Amino acid sequence: MSPMKFRFTFWKAIFAVIMVAGAYATYVRFRYGLGASTHLSDQFPWGIWIGFDVMCGVMLAAGGFTLTAAVEIFNIKRWHSIMRPTILTAFMGYLLVCAALMYDLGLPWNIWHPIIMRNPHSVMFEVAYCVMLYTTVLALEFSPIVFERLGWTWALKAVRSVMLVFVILGVILSTLHQSSLGTLYMIMPNKLHPFWYSPLLPVFFYISSIAVGLAMIIFESSMSSKYFGRELELPILRDLGRVLIVVLTIYGILKFEDFYHRGVLHDIYVSSYEQRFFLLEIFLSVLVPLALLSFRKVRDSAQGLYLAAVICLLGFVTNRLNVTITGVENAVGGRYSPKWTEVVITAMFVALGFAIFGLAARYLPIFPEEKAHAHTLPKLEGVRAEIPVPVHAGD
Amino acid sequence: MPFGILYDATMCIGCKQCEQGCATENGLPYDQTVAEQNVTSAYKYTTVLTKDDKFMRKLCMNCEDPACASVCPVGALKKTSLGPVTYDKHKCMGCRYCMAACPFSVPKYQWDKAVPGVRKCIMCAPRVARGKPTACAEVCPTGATKFGDREELLKEARKRIQDNPGTYLPHIYGETEVGGTSVFLLSSVDFLQFGYREDLTQRALPMYTYQVLSRIPDFVPLFGVMLGGVYWITHRREEVAEAEAQEKHTDTKGGAQ
Repeated sequence: MSPMKFRFTFWKAIFAVIMVAGAYATYVRFRYGLGASTHLSDQFPWGIWIGFDVMCGVMLAAGGFTLTAAVEIFNIKRWHSIMRPTILTAFMGYLLVCAALMYDLGLPWNIWHPIIMRNPHSVMFEVAYCVMLYTTVLALEFSPIVFERLGWTWALKAVRSVMLVFVILGVILSTLHQSSLGTLYMIMPNKLHPFWYSPLLPVFFYISSIAVGLAMIIFESSMSSKYFGRELELPILRDLGRVLIVVLTIYGILKFEDFYHRGVLHDIYVSSYEQRFFLLEIFLSVLVPLALLSFRKVRDSAQGLYLAAVICLLGFVTNRLNVTITGVENAVGGRYSPKWTEVVITAMFVALGFAIFGLAARYLPIFPEEKAHAHTLPKLEGVRAEIPVPVHAGD
Repeated sequence: MPFGILYDATMCIGCKQCEQGCATENGLPYDQTVAEQNVTSAYKYTTVLTKDDKFMRKLCMNCEDPACASVCPVGALKKTSLGPVTYDKHKCMGCRYCMAACPFSVPKYQWDKAVPGVRKCIMCAPRVARGKPTACAEVCPTGATKFGDREELLKEARKRIQDNPGTYLPHIYGETEVGGTSVFLLSSVDFLQFGYREDLTQRALPMYTYQVLSRIPDFVPLFGVMLGGVYWITHRREEVAEAEAQEKHTDTKGGAQ
């Protein structure tokens, strides 16, 4: 028991340091502006607050729509027990993205402007609306957990009666804005390096968000079992690992075809700044996870799945940073690396993510302890085990 | 009637009167230090570049179909019917997508301010609306920067190239770049050495995103029905399987068949 306790206080100390540094960085940001708190410039209007906090934040929260689609729409019942922690991760992720956006926007108090000042030709406008609406949908999907804790059965009933509509809406909204984060860059055919600029950019962003959603569920479940003493849902994670193989393979093949048809396949062999970052990305996101998961031993073991998932996550984080930063560096003529204040703020949001998850797991009924209660369709139970479920239908 | 600017680098003497006129018009400080800056910023909207004995101006191209206006989520940037691309700081929320999207990297930011805004040449929109030429064109002593009707200026640029093929490069910069701009540049030397890319697409940039965005209204109902259909099938399958199991159960019990 005591080493467990020590570890906890150690992380608490780290958390406190990050929070104090974050508070100071917050002061610098809002008192003196973006110039004093970032390495952003007229050449680099977007840095890691967009590249990581927003682009990766939204991507890492994609488990929410991936799993709701699989469980509620494709009716894969045996994945139901991991729904709540996944929705918590997604809801928290989107709230943190919105908070992080307040740091990056030059005039954050005008963040509500897109609600009434509409420019439907702007991808950013579409993303703003989708993220706004989807965060609301996630709040509704998350609300039964709170209602259950409070014992408000009437509210629980009311929310569940309209849940299907919101589930479908959530999947549509996610599909739109996950892909639109890629579409943002479609307007820069002469700025973004051909390794990343492609007419399929929205498709790549969408497929990779599904892969990341799956990897994130594996990561989050592994962490929960490690730090909250949760029993690992290994059979579910094995399923997810197998779906991940399919999604990554589709992504990899599409990436190859895209490079082939645009005639940039050859550039992969030519040494360049972009080439090194691209190789790093493609190895981490697709090749290494696929190689690992191709071994039965790996995809059947908790550690193996965890390792493959973490590498895959790092790979797609690299991808998003490559699109936002590496890919435009040569066109604007310069290099960008974040200032310490930028790193601290980003670290603060990551730390907040872990902390909020921990608190929610302690005080809310996130992990169903008893038998899994299917909260959408409680009428079918137990007997269904022998019914074949289309596992791969989810991708 | 849309207006435009024609800048003829061969007539420019590098006196930087245009820089000063621009600063005065926009209420910006202008002194020796500012004059020596060879990049535009939130405090300097135009600059005259010098390379050996050649000159070239940098200013907002005021595109015909501007990327900045198309990407602005709140419509703070607008292409006006008179030609200028204007900016409304009261609408702006500071996302800086305009800066990322501009093919010429024209919009600049007030990085040093706690309440910042985007700054760029707006082709003297208030002056143009009053029927006056832009400040830079008005003060130019040689006529290198000329303000006028866009189509007339284009015709004149073509004529100058035609009449003096030895003097000019056969390229009116801004005629076709990113679908055309309101500012045209003529030069005797390569544009690229002044940072004007010659490999820019000839298509209007907003079309690249619009071809994706315009599909969304069609996509939403189709995808929604598809998801609803999948829900129906997967859950119906379950009901059927359950009913069959039930039937089997009663069958074996009753001993019939």
